[in-house]
Amino acid sequence: MQSFDLTAQGLRALNSTLHGLKEQTNETVWEIVNPKGAHAIAVGLDAPIDVTVRGSTGYYCAGMNKQATVRIKGSAGPGVAENMMSGTVIIDGDASQYAGATGRGGLLVVKGNAASRCGISMKGIDIVVHGNIGHMSCFMAQSGNMVVLGDAGDALGDSLYEARLFVRGSVKSLGADCIEKEMRPEHLELLADLLKRGEADHLAKPEEFKRYGSARKLYNFNVDNASAY
Amino acid sequence: MCGIVGLFLKDPALEPQLGALLTEMLITMTDRGPDSAGIAIYSAPEAGTAKLTVQSTAPGADFPGLAGMIEAAIGAKVSVVVKDTHAVVTLPEAQLDAARALVRSKATLKVMSAGEGIEIYKEVGLPKDVAARFDVAKMAGTHGIGHTRMATESAVTTMGAHPFSTGPDQCLVHNGSLSNHNGLRRELIRQGMSFETQNDTEVAAAYVSHKLQESQNLGEALESGLNDLDGFYTFVVGTRNGFGVVRDPVACKPAVMAETDQYVAFGSEYRAMVNLPGIETARVWEPEPATVYFWER
Repeated sequence: MQSFDLTAQGLRALNSTLHGLKEQTNETVWEIVNPKGAHAIAVGLDAPIDVTVRGSTGYYCAGMNKQATVRIKGSAGPGVAENMMSGTVIIDGDASQYAGATGRGGLLVVKGNAASRCGISMKGIDIVVHGNIGHMSCFMAQSGNMVVLGDAGDALGDSLYEARLFVRGSVKSLGADCIEKEMRPEHLELLADLLKRGEADHLAKPEEFKRYGSARKLYNFNVDNASAY
Repeated sequence: MCGIVGLFLKDPALEPQLGALLTEMLITMTDRGPDSAGIAIYSAPEAGTAKLTVQSTAPGADFPGLAGMIEAAIGAKVSVVVKDTHAVVTLPEAQLDAARALVRSKATLKVMSAGEGIEIYKEVGLPKDVAARFDVAKMAGTHGIGHTRMATESAVTTMGAHPFSTGPDQCLVHNGSLSNHNGLRRELIRQGMSFETQNDTEVAAAYVSHKLQESQNLGEALESGLNDLDGFYTFVVGTRNGFGVVRDPVACKPAVMAETDQYVAFGSEYRAMVNLPGIETARVWEPEPATVYFWER
């Protein structure tokens, strides 16, 4: 295992080292110590490596991630895994606002709670939150799946496109054009897989969730509204 | 942007270190606000005395005669400690209002704070330089609030820096911007409040002071603010014995809190708190939107 002391060696050295790794690298397991809430830790990775951050991180940890698995043994600041393309990001603690925003692929797991705007504008990412999510989560979410074992805050899925939202607890309020939908067998199957990959299959069963999605009245052109354009 | 730090001590053993802990937190938040910085430190008041913190644009000319000028006007002995552009005048509590009125009548002098326990120091410049000028790291106290400013709503001046103090032993710092401050300022002026700047945060501070004058407690005053203040804000507020936090309902301005048996700490970012004693085992959380938090001793 390669170890990197962020306080001693600095952020630029860390990220340029990780960016220099090729797809066939033998240095596949990394540990980052003394993160001390620093910003932009392990952003822009593009190699099949496993990075463990021993502590809490600041803004944008693991942003734009491709291929890599990033584990945060603490809590994450705003914008964790923002615009992730592929790979996996697992946070043991809580995540601050807009976790997984605009993510296009991969899996984000938050074992604590996620704050407001989790999964805002998500475009294909899968997000599994073991705790609760804050207000305006999944705003304008386009595709991908959001799984919440706890509760969701105000205005869940406002102006939603085609992302699928599964919430086990209460939803404080639904946003515009977001409605509860029928849970069909294919959704239970999808959910079982997401719970397993999200390290949550021992915590919840697919049958305990409700599904929410778009009523498709807001983003489809409706001739009855023609005078409004 | 702007950065906020705050520390409310529960364990008296940490009181001698308050200034040092807050200074380190403040400097970590330099990236969020490099144009000016300020700090409010509260210490246990000596019975019957009060403190007036005065800032001067001409300290060399103003401060040597400051004690004599105040003593002549109020007819009582005062002591003055000069720190760079600021002077802390300790005087009998009963004469505080008279001394404050006198200082406010002088063109080159500004009142930074007045009260039993509060001292406010603020200036333009990098947080590390501002903290060094006033030797904040050597100060002891019970609680304190610091701010690093990236100006948006008014000019980069000493008086535009935070904390703003608009009532005895009160102060407020702000990350964000208010959108209804002009209307609210006119309303507060009608109700007898006075203002020294065009700054939006001063309006929020005066709003809270006004509510406290109307005998609301700190929690109630911040609760009222959720209805009356429009815009983006994370506020941290200090009173003689209290410390409060509130975020607007949208809560896009960051805030992290940490609590142990020894203290309650606030930081715009977690990294401001990483060197506090016992942070590894502290309860760390983000304050909820539109929710008032306050602690009183």
